[in-house]
Amino acid sequence: MAAEPLLITGGRIIDPGTGTDAVGDLLLIDGRVAVPGARTATAARTIDARGLVVAPGLIDLHTHLREPGQEYKETIASGTRAAARGGFTTVCAMPNTDPAIDNRAVVEYIQRTAAEVAAARVLVTGAITRGRAGKQLAEMGELAAAGCIGFSDDGTYVVDSGLMRHALEYARALGLPVLDHAEDPVIAAGGVMHEGWVATRLGLKGTPAAAEEAAVARDLQLAALTGGHIHIQHVSTAGAVDLVRTAKARGVPVTAEVTPHHLTLTHEAVLGRDTAPYDTSCRVNPPLRTDRDVEACIDGLRDGTIDAVATDHAPHATTDKLCEFDLAAPGLTGLETALALVLRLVHAGRISFAEALARLTCGPARALRLAERTGLTGLGTLAAGAPADVVVIDPDRIWTVQPAALASKGKNTPFDGWQLTGQVLVTVASGTVTYNALEN
Amino acid sequence: MNGLTRTVDRRDQQEAANGTGMSTRPPQATAEPSPLPWTRRHVLDLDDFTPDEIAIVLETADAMREVLGREVPRLPTLRGTTIATLFYEASTRTRASFELAGKALGADVINVSSSGSSVEKGESLIDTVRTLRAIGVDILVMRHSNSGAPYLAARHVDAAVLNGGDGWHAHPTQALLDLFTIQRRLGNVRGCKVVIVGDIMHSRVARSNLWGLSAAGAEIVVCGPPTLIPAGLGVIDEAEPGRCLPHVTVCHDLREALDGADVVMTLRLQKERMQSGLIPSLREYSRLYEITAERLRWAKPDALVMHPGPMNEGVEIAPDVAYSVQSGIEEQVTNGVAVRMALLYLIRGGKRAA
Repeated sequence: MAAEPLLITGGRIIDPGTGTDAVGDLLLIDGRVAVPGARTATAARTIDARGLVVAPGLIDLHTHLREPGQEYKETIASGTRAAARGGFTTVCAMPNTDPAIDNRAVVEYIQRTAAEVAAARVLVTGAITRGRAGKQLAEMGELAAAGCIGFSDDGTYVVDSGLMRHALEYARALGLPVLDHAEDPVIAAGGVMHEGWVATRLGLKGTPAAAEEAAVARDLQLAALTGGHIHIQHVSTAGAVDLVRTAKARGVPVTAEVTPHHLTLTHEAVLGRDTAPYDTSCRVNPPLRTDRDVEACIDGLRDGTIDAVATDHAPHATTDKLCEFDLAAPGLTGLETALALVLRLVHAGRISFAEALARLTCGPARALRLAERTGLTGLGTLAAGAPADVVVIDPDRIWTVQPAALASKGKNTPFDGWQLTGQVLVTVASGTVTYNALEN
Repeated sequence: MNGLTRTVDRRDQQEAANGTGMSTRPPQATAEPSPLPWTRRHVLDLDDFTPDEIAIVLETADAMREVLGREVPRLPTLRGTTIATLFYEASTRTRASFELAGKALGADVINVSSSGSSVEKGESLIDTVRTLRAIGVDILVMRHSNSGAPYLAARHVDAAVLNGGDGWHAHPTQALLDLFTIQRRLGNVRGCKVVIVGDIMHSRVARSNLWGLSAAGAEIVVCGPPTLIPAGLGVIDEAEPGRCLPHVTVCHDLREALDGADVVMTLRLQKERMQSGLIPSLREYSRLYEITAERLRWAKPDALVMHPGPMNEGVEIAPDVAYSVQSGIEEQVTNGVAVRMALLYLIRGGKRAA
């Protein structure tokens, strides 16, 4: 079904990918951004964006849609509805489903389901190893042929260094990145939060920053050895930011992402608010770290060491979190709070509005070369001919996070009750309006 | 209930009604109306206890010890109250002493273990505690292998929760009985140098003692191999102004640690610490950290030796020390009943059942 032409008028168009920042109209025809000044034959549907920001639709490199296998936590339909609410028009689905995305059949199932029900473009990440078990490579060539945009065993580290080397060699030949959940499980040794004074106080087992840093260091060396592209997922420590920064300087093919929560919260959040310590909504992998780590992640985001903000959207059912901290499922629902959390950094004067948008649009697109891999020229920008993926934002609107109001099935957020500034009002994916708060 | 107990109960009630200071009457336990500034419903840890609250517990425990010294150690204070001990881990002294404490105060006490209960069928903690509440439990005494479990219970059930030990986190009644023991033996906790020796990392007893001793004004030294000292303890990090841990000195050398000590508290060393590579061998551990009669001489001459039990004699403590006159280990166990009586009494508002 071809979307009707859509005219977004009078907004401040900020497109970091093309260096645009100007008030004007944006016309979308046939699922593409029209050339400036183009006219439609018939009257276009109009969205009045005066006083609002018009930007490219956001791209999430790290989304857990949970389907197939854990539909009680999230589905492709509910997860992409959450994406649309959050301003995302493209999400990269992680392969830790059940069964894992380690063969063509599962890739095609997700693509087919997404085509029927999704409110956002779903790109599929294939597993590095069969069943994500870390023993034997998945059939990477076949996964690439089925349309996977990269490989990841997200949720687990490929402990076998030799196998990781071969994965990078294969990925290089296929022209695809390896997305790395970098945490050495031997050093982490079952830790459930950051190792530091809070873990000591609460009597919880900690995971030291070195568990991440040792893993990142190994994989940067393997990327240097093989020439394979390594993408470090959810960087959380100051040391890991430094490792990526120096590796980039010496030409290692590396990109990196950070989550909104690692830019916002520290391990002290686990102490909870009021009289509720052991806040399971703060149980997440990698764990929330120290102030120093948060600052280093923000610095890395600003100087380009970190290419993208990725949500690591990890929806869970209420019962998965309503239990002892050690037993709580790690992760938090992230798509609908991501933009506003990144805008906190803008409002605090830490990064510019354009930088914030860049790390959510052209940054992730370039990091994983999504335009080339999908054949969608201009993906992540508003260049003429780019996919008609647009988000309309009120950067000053104050809203309160209410878990029950989230579109995601996962209500697990540590930001419950937070007042955030900056809200998505309209999301357009491939020319179709997927979310519109202006009509409510 | 036998006739003898009933007689004693009646006598106690009468004393309380008269408000007369008979020699058998515990001074705090029966003073009515209770003037105690006690507002706490749950006892989950000592990390937020004020020095005054600790003093109230110890004073009340003193009175309870007197009750326990009677021919028939019974008070009717908790008659009509139901206590459940819900233990997800093995325990001898904590469970038994809570049970005796509850019975000495006239409560009905039921014991629930994870084995042989619905827990084995996969029932969640919240459902289990709600079930216990629904059958009429007023006070829940919990032991659990996961740190923080009693907090979860306290948030989801309308009953008072007493933490009988959670994971590595807290064992507040043990720490209170330790404070009580120190106070009884040495007269005062304030200003005492207390050395805690051993596996601090995995010890809920140590964690609660750090808070309790710190609130009571003791000087605290922790001593053990570096692998068994938790992150951040004894460290000052200005990059983290929010940090909140008790002030302690960390020392890896036993001789240095024991110098001038008034109290030496040694902890159980679990054998699995060796398997997980945290210590090279039990043999080496005992060579470095076992409290022997010879090493005890490094402390003050009459230093009090304590152990929360169960002991590994010959690993963290030599048998001749454990059973010496300097040992307060058996007294700790006895004091445990009095301290738990005091807490049960206090959280029921210091009021008598009608």
